[in-house]
Amino acid sequence: MGLGTFFTSKLDEAIGWARKYSIFQYPFVTACCGMEYMATACSHYDIDRFGAGLPRFSPRQADVLFVVGTISHKMAPVLKRVYDQMTEPKWVVAFGVCTCTGGFYDNYATVQGIDTIIPVDVYIPGCPPRPESVIDGLMKLQDRIAAQAQRY
Amino acid sequence: MDGAAMLAALRARFGSGVIETHDFRGDHTAVVTREALPRVLAHCRDEPALAFEMLTDLTAVDYSKYPGREDGPRFEVVYHLYSIAHNHRLRVKVRVDEDDAVVPTAVDLWPVADWFEREVWDMFGVRFAGHPDPRRLLMYEEFVGHPLRKDYPIDRRQPLIGPTN
Repeated sequence: MGLGTFFTSKLDEAIGWARKYSIFQYPFVTACCGMEYMATACSHYDIDRFGAGLPRFSPRQADVLFVVGTISHKMAPVLKRVYDQMTEPKWVVAFGVCTCTGGFYDNYATVQGIDTIIPVDVYIPGCPPRPESVIDGLMKLQDRIAAQAQRY
Repeated sequence: MDGAAMLAALRARFGSGVIETHDFRGDHTAVVTREALPRVLAHCRDEPALAFEMLTDLTAVDYSKYPGREDGPRFEVVYHLYSIAHNHRLRVKVRVDEDDAVVPTAVDLWPVADWFEREVWDMFGVRFAGHPDPRRLLMYEEFVGHPLRKDYPIDRRQPLIGPTN
C-alpha cells in the first residue's frame, strides 16, 4: 500500500483533469435539437471554453457521443453501431427529451429513450434545451469524467 | 377553366366513371371509380384545358372509424392535382375496400407518384398495381402491419433492437 495507492489516486486525478478538458464529441444529430446544438457550439456560447470545441466526425476519434434529436426504431441499429465503434473511454450525452424518454413521440416509430439501447451518462432535457442547459450538462459530464475511476 | 365547369366536363366525359363531385369554397373534388381512374388521371394531365402537369400530393384516408362511413369502402386514395399553366387545382378520390385494396399506379403519368404510392402502401396497406418498386418507404422491411390504419394499436412497438418499450 502506501506509496503505490497514493501515486495511483493522484495519477487518476491528473488524468481525469486532462480528460475533462479534452472532450472530442461525436454529434449524432438527427432532428431539430441540432439547431440548438449548433448554437451552443458556435462562438456566442463557445464550448471551446470547456475543451469541447472540436467535434470529430468519426466515432473512432471521439470520446463523447452526443445524441441530438429523435431516434427512430429504424435509426436505432445505426446509433448502436456508432456507439460500438467508439473506443474506451467513452461517454454518452442524451440531448433533448426525445433522446431522454422519446418525448411526445409516444408512437410506433420512436425509441422511447436511447438508454434502452446504449448506456447514457448525462441527460439534458428540453425541447430543445437552451444552450445554457447544454453547457450545464457538459459541465456535469466534466465533473463525472473527473470524479470517476480512470482506466488507462 | 373554373372548377364547376371542370367537374361538369369530367362528369359529361366519363359518365358513371365519376361517382360524385363536390364543390366547397373553391375546393373541387371528383370521386371516381377505380376502373375509370387511369383514364380520368390521364385526361386531367393531357387535356390542354386542364393541363394538370403536377401531382402535388397522393395520400390515403382510412374511414373505418369515421362516423357514418364505417360500413362503406374502407380506404380512399386522394390525388391532389395542380396546373402550373392555368393555376388551378383539382382533387380526385377513389374508394377501395379492405379485401381488395389495389389501385392502378400513377407512376407512368407523374413519376413523383413513385414515393407517394410507396408511402401509402407503407402506412395504409393499399397496393398500387403496376408500381415499378413496391417496397415500404418509411418503415423497415421487418415491420409488420401498416401504422396509419385506424386499427393499428397506438402502443404497439416493433423495435429492430432493444426492448419493446
